[in-house]
Amino acid sequence: MLGLNKKDTTLLIIVAFMALCAPFILNPFPEGSSMAQMFNAGYPDLMQRFVIFGILVIGFNILFGLTGYLSFGHAAFLGIGSYSAVWMFKLIGMNVIPAILLSMVVSGVFALLIGYVSLRRSGIYFSILTLAFAQMCYNLAYSVLGNPASSYNLTNGETGLQLSLNDPRILDGAASSEGSLPVTNFFGVAMRDSVQLEIGSWLFTFNAGYYLCALIMLISFYVSIRIFRSPFGLMLRAVKSNQQRMNYTGLNTKPYTLAAFVISGIYAGLAGGLLSSMDPLAGAERMHWTASGEIVIMAILGGVGTLIGPIVGAGFNEYFKNILSKINDSVLHQWLSFLPDGLEDAIVGVLHFFVGKGWHLSLGVLFMVVIIFLPGGLVEGGQRVSRLFRRNKTSDDADNASHSTPAE
Amino acid sequence: MDAILLQILNGLDKGSAYALIALGLTLIFGTLGVVNFAHGALFMIGAFCAVTLSKILNASYEVIDETKADFLGNPLKVKLTYVESWFGPETGAAIIDWAVPLAILFSIPIMIAIGFIMERGLIKHFYKRPHADQILVTFGLAIVLQEVIKAIYGANPIPTGAPAVFRGSFDFGVLLGYEANAIIYPYWRMVYFAFSALIIGGVFAFLQFTTFGMVVRAGMADRETVELLGINIDRRFTIMFGVAAAVAGLAGVMYAPINSPNYHMGMDFLVLSFVVVVVGGMGSLPGAVLAGFMLGILESFASMNEVKNIFPGIDQIIIYLVAIIIILTRPRGLMGRKGVMED
Repeated sequence: MLGLNKKDTTLLIIVAFMALCAPFILNPFPEGSSMAQMFNAGYPDLMQRFVIFGILVIGFNILFGLTGYLSFGHAAFLGIGSYSAVWMFKLIGMNVIPAILLSMVVSGVFALLIGYVSLRRSGIYFSILTLAFAQMCYNLAYSVLGNPASSYNLTNGETGLQLSLNDPRILDGAASSEGSLPVTNFFGVAMRDSVQLEIGSWLFTFNAGYYLCALIMLISFYVSIRIFRSPFGLMLRAVKSNQQRMNYTGLNTKPYTLAAFVISGIYAGLAGGLLSSMDPLAGAERMHWTASGEIVIMAILGGVGTLIGPIVGAGFNEYFKNILSKINDSVLHQWLSFLPDGLEDAIVGVLHFFVGKGWHLSLGVLFMVVIIFLPGGLVEGGQRVSRLFRRNKTSDDADNASHSTPAE
Repeated sequence: MDAILLQILNGLDKGSAYALIALGLTLIFGTLGVVNFAHGALFMIGAFCAVTLSKILNASYEVIDETKADFLGNPLKVKLTYVESWFGPETGAAIIDWAVPLAILFSIPIMIAIGFIMERGLIKHFYKRPHADQILVTFGLAIVLQEVIKAIYGANPIPTGAPAVFRGSFDFGVLLGYEANAIIYPYWRMVYFAFSALIIGGVFAFLQFTTFGMVVRAGMADRETVELLGINIDRRFTIMFGVAAAVAGLAGVMYAPINSPNYHMGMDFLVLSFVVVVVGGMGSLPGAVLAGFMLGILESFASMNEVKNIFPGIDQIIIYLVAIIIILTRPRGLMGRKGVMED
């Protein structure tokens, strides 16, 4: 189907099913129960983040997973995309399509420039160059381009770029004169519109914005599968395995790596544009290099170079960030109340550092554990586990077979 | 002229910090071939050694002071630090005042121990893995260290003062024949510069004039041959990792009075230090030091108002801009050696 082989089609269908049914899957507990508060993730804001970061990491994976070039400045494209989208809302109108298109174009242009320069070097130098470029973008967005007093105020600095009532909005200027800020929409369907479905004590929310993001994520995922399976993708893998040999055979690898860089930059810009479309506010902190680091973390957690890894990594990261930051000491005490008091306090005292505001620490530890023991990420972990089962099964079968032969 | 001199001086202290961190990074890179993203965290831990020591020295208990009375006529409870009660008020106060310089002694064993544990416990297992994995695991370690410090000390910067003797500023202008207050420079920054010059000189002398240093340099140049000669180069490189950690830590200890330590100061410095290392040339120690000072001074020049009026925002990006130009025109950096990380 769609030019994919059977395995990839199955994968795409599974991802599509998961994405479309996410409001059900992520809300397994009845509304109002204590488990729901903690573990339900089926609310629009979080679901949007799942798919948007999924897009971002899918794009990053095209660069890092296929070519092996580790970019430490990918958040710059995310930020550039966010800013372009908000500018589109301010100048043209509140429809998300032109905003997303512009954010893809602008970040693509930036990716072309930055990639052209950075890709002249590889390895560590490439990482440091991209890091330097991203920090440059961040510093510019924060200082000169963000100084409300200067004449180049493109980003509005610390406050972040946001909509205001007296924006021109050429296409739907009339609608904005009502006194409240207009909302982003997709040809009239507001992104924040939700339909709620109540079944028994379960409450499911279907959000228009989420479904738009999910649809775009599926398209991006499909494109990334096609890239992985194309001759172009094969060329990128060849660059990863031995670039020198490629060069010796007389092939110029630069256009291929540059194309990969630009594609992944466009993906990041798309994600940034979607972030702004869901909530039209763009801040410079999205470009900070810790944000770039988080993209790397998500990609590694999921599994670099695999198709499904980026989505798994992004979802896992966002979900656990959400849960861990909700847990606090009283919740821990409640959970561990079956233990003797002293032990309970001791365990809570230790766990205290890993939950709530300390979720970064858990993430860092998890990241290190994955790098050290599971370089292929969660996907590799899953494969190992399934292989373990399969091997047990086959050996069982073999045993059965050997046992059954004498009986015949 | 005095303005230029002032900017050079202003650049020196930041340049010293860059140079020290970059020196440690280069030592690790040159010996072990590992890019240590956790090096900024070591700098930060050094700064928090100073914070910890000054907290320990300020530990106090309450005593009733018979000579004073509160407004009701009851004897007043005053806090007395243990140090003051042990060494007498004057010596005790002096010890507390000199907490930051004392933290140098306190931090060296801690930093060397951290360096050993890091190298033997974690980085050792990554020599055979790709460079990307080394970057990632040290990056993860940096996050963990940073978050641990944040969990212990909180997210706010902790002011840590220099000894009272060094708190004022020195008027350089008068010394050189300019009018008063033209070139004012805080004493502590002078101390910092002198200190870092001392450390840098010490490291170079250690590498240049001791047998140990000679073996290490030989190992940096050609590891296999040194191993074939029956020298246990791994152990020496581990020690060099400890030394590099100590250098970063000392840079952090002495930096505490200049900028109140906070948990993300390491990361802030790290990115710039990488740039410094790349500009200086991967694996070149003199290059790292030179580039450190150069970029520090350049940054301070770029933040002059005269320059900023012509190129707004240049102070924010000058270092990155220089790095990009250098990498593109001189891929080996200012003093990079041939054959070191040229891919």
